[in-house]
Amino acid sequence: MKSLCTSLILSAVLCVAALSTARAAEEIVSFDKPEQAALFHSLLREYRCLKCQNQNLADSHASLAADLRREIRTQILQGKGKPEIDEYLVARYGEFVLYRPRFSAKTAVLWLGPFVLLLIGLTGVYIMIRRRSAGRARQIADMEASMAANDDQSARLARARQLLDD
Amino acid sequence: MSLALKLLPLVLFLALAGFLAKGLTLNPTELPSPLIDKTAPAFVVDKLPASDGQFSSADMDGKVWVLNVWASWCGPCVQEHPVLIDLAAERPVPIVGLNYKDKPEDALPWLARLGNPFVEVLDDQRGDVGLDFGVYGVPETFVIDGNGVVRYKHVGPLDGQAMRDKLLPLIDELMEEASS
Repeated sequence: MKSLCTSLILSAVLCVAALSTARAAEEIVSFDKPEQAALFHSLLREYRCLKCQNQNLADSHASLAADLRREIRTQILQGKGKPEIDEYLVARYGEFVLYRPRFSAKTAVLWLGPFVLLLIGLTGVYIMIRRRSAGRARQIADMEASMAANDDQSARLARARQLLDD
Repeated sequence: MSLALKLLPLVLFLALAGFLAKGLTLNPTELPSPLIDKTAPAFVVDKLPASDGQFSSADMDGKVWVLNVWASWCGPCVQEHPVLIDLAAERPVPIVGLNYKDKPEDALPWLARLGNPFVEVLDDQRGDVGLDFGVYGVPETFVIDGNGVVRYKHVGPLDGQAMRDKLLPLIDELMEEASS
């Protein structure tokens, strides 16, 4: 019981520690409404920090990221939504700033490519299964034929045995 | 299995290898700027030293000019600086220096020490102008034509090669365009 308690407490501490490092880059910010805060935190995960390109705006410690967080907060307080803020950032930094690129002729391969590959793969698997089951059907037919011959033989053997026993 | 089907994995592999090889040669910090061929953002900021008054981007209307974003805390700016000084000496193009997220008391001695190629030094301590220009790495250099349109952007320190191959030909062409 005691060890269970200890491990529970330890895991709680670890969870809190993990959360605090994940959010370490964000300043403490206040909003008038909880929806605004929720929008703010969700948006920060949608945008790339241009300075350290593998981090989003929530995680990055770069001063550029801090500036952009400040700007996004200001715009949210002005009542702007995701489309306007997307537009603001794309106009300055290009679509690269969006972790989820918009669907366009340029990004079509990116969006549709995996589904096309999946389709090709599934078609391949289907063809393979079809071929294999056709082959197996033939094998089964052969096997049945030989088994029937076997059956015939064993039936005769049984009869011979019976005759001998008698 | 037909030959084409047998070769398919090889073809797919070669295509993938081709894309990956291309990816290796690209510089991930060089991003296409959405500002190219768009009107440069308008701004008004304090000059450095502050006693010089204010600068408005409208002051440059009708002129071909270069906007260089720099800071005294930026290492590569030191490396780039002689190239800007050469540019100022060789061409009549005005170079405006935007002092980005820096302190005036650090910036001015830095220029005094290394030389000042700028016709104006602008104070962008909060980085607001930098934000409008989509600055993400210092130094950055923009070439703006007589119509106020951004024609070229260079991210990172300018070197002799970038100057010869890109900036100088473009500046010469634009200045000829503007004077004719």
